Amino acid sequence: MQQIEKHSLTDKLQDTSSGTRPGPASGVSRGTLGAFLTHIRRIRRVVSERTIVCLIYICGVSAVIFVFGIFFFVFREGAPFLEHGFKAKEFFLSPDWYPTSATNKRYGILAQLVGTGSVTLVAMLVAVPFSLGTGIFIAEFCGKKTREIMKILVELLAAIPSVVWGFIGLMVMNPLIIKLTGAPIGLNVLNAGIIVGLMSVPIIVTIAEDAIRAVPDTYIEAAEALGATRWQLVRKVILPAAKSGLLAAVLLGVGRAVGETMAVLMCTGHSINIPFDAKVPFFHVLESVRTLTATIAAEMGEAPRLEANADGTYPTEALHYQALFVIGIVLFAITFVINITADMIVKGIRRKK
Amino acid sequence: MIRATSLLMTMYMVFSDDTVMGSNRNRPKYAIETSNLNLWYGDFQALLSVCSKIKAGIITALIGPSGCGKTTLLRCFNRMNERFEGVRVEGSVEILGSNIYDPEVSVVELRKKVGMVFQRPNPLPLSIHDNVAFGIKVHSPRRSLNKYEIDTAVQKALQEVFLFDSVKDKLRRKGTELQLEQQQKLCIARLLPLKPELLLMDEPCSALDAAGTEAVEELLLSLRGQYTIVIVTHNMAQARRISDECIYMLNGELIEHGETANLFLNPKDKRTEEYIEGRYG
Repeated sequence: MQQIEKHSLTDKLQDTSSGTRPGPASGVSRGTLGAFLTHIRRIRRVVSERTIVCLIYICGVSAVIFVFGIFFFVFREGAPFLEHGFKAKEFFLSPDWYPTSATNKRYGILAQLVGTGSVTLVAMLVAVPFSLGTGIFIAEFCGKKTREIMKILVELLAAIPSVVWGFIGLMVMNPLIIKLTGAPIGLNVLNAGIIVGLMSVPIIVTIAEDAIRAVPDTYIEAAEALGATRWQLVRKVILPAAKSGLLAAVLLGVGRAVGETMAVLMCTGHSINIPFDAKVPFFHVLESVRTLTATIAAEMGEAPRLEANADGTYPTEALHYQALFVIGIVLFAITFVINITADMIVKGIRRKK
Repeated sequence: MIRATSLLMTMYMVFSDDTVMGSNRNRPKYAIETSNLNLWYGDFQALLSVCSKIKAGIITALIGPSGCGKTTLLRCFNRMNERFEGVRVEGSVEILGSNIYDPEVSVVELRKKVGMVFQRPNPLPLSIHDNVAFGIKVHSPRRSLNKYEIDTAVQKALQEVFLFDSVKDKLRRKGTELQLEQQQKLCIARLLPLKPELLLMDEPCSALDAAGTEAVEELLLSLRGQYTIVIVTHNMAQARRISDECIYMLNGELIEHGETANLFLNPKDKRTEEYIEGRYG
């Protein structure tokens, strides 16, 4: 309110000053016209101010609305399955995924869960050392110019469409893996893990670099004044101090790897299989798997969305479509937990400072 | 006869470990000699042919108004200025007889010999114990020190700065959790296990309250003799209290260097006199 009054006051001041200027209007009408114009201007200012505030507000809440909207629709589509066909034990612990079987439809996503997990694991084994190394190099070891170039290149890595990555996996990695390892098929956990790992490098590098550069200069100065070499400085001071930020970076990379779809669909071989067993080496990276995301992407097109019968029950064919949405909910939950954890870690750092 | 005694003295000094850390160490008279030292930050010249001879074993204070180059000069002595971009140094700084700006000088070794304490206490985000042990760990080959040696060195250093009694039960706590005064003492303590020749102090008390300042000053006086101490201070009273010699700087030039009492009572230069009287700065 005060601000508006101030505005009108300046308007009046401007008005009197403009009154000294020679103009066609007569002295009498200038007074009333001036007051009228001031009034209009004031109203316009208040209105435009409110409109803009309102617009910004809408933009601000829209993100929240979209998140809840997506969750609502995914949940709505999956809800009938949760109500009728869903048995938690079977769903999570059975590797039998036969949604289109004519006689015995079974919905177990254990194989897909394990598939997602194993691809993510290999991806992180590939990505974490590379990304942290790159992050440390960019933040601490290279000059200003190299840093800028490196950052642009790393971000360029993020700009490659995931289907192109899948293409590389299919056409480059596949024959290479067959040739090098003698595996019968090159579309497997290793292939997808490497591709997804490279895809999560940019996000990990960017956040790790930020975390490293956020380490207070006083620590670095102190260590340097004690005669620490560059590597001692990194190992004994910077990495411990940036620990939480680096962990958050890795977690966001995990989130990226879990959510990746197209490249994974093209590179895993897309077969229901659990690549673990009791035989050494326990984890067989040269076996094909199927992931949660790829299952949805591959099957959504052929799963019919059927309406409920008059009595509220669904035809058994409808369950496939709904089960896919439940997988969506599971994915949503996984990435949500990962992101929240990463966020809380990052917040924890800020609070400490 | 005199020669024989001095020879004996020298032998005693060489063979007795105590005297190496002791005050009557056989050291050159001057710990630092700078000649025609010029320094530029980009185009700005921060030091103008500074020639100084800082005596070993005493406390020398660098005084002068803000921006006169005293911190810059101090940071030349352990080459910390090289952290900044666009710094160019000309001239020479001889520390204990060797020019530290020679290309073959190892900065790591130099900083082992020349410790530095900063304006704001900056303990590392490690435990109190690890803060003090950081220096020796950094400068010894891996696994060459056993835990006992490290613990003894840490305890000795903390005792030397009068900190051991108050922190002996919490050596595993973070150094950053201590009070500021204790943090600053910790920052001094972590230099000592390296057996430095010189301690450079960049306004070590400016972040502390009166009691903390007094405690740190007491500590400095107790370290006097064992180490050559160069202290930058804004506080003329502090320079008078603790220093043996004083260097007055103005606009990157060394204006006057003399015994503290002399410099404050009968300054030779008009500018020094005016600064001491508080006409500017």
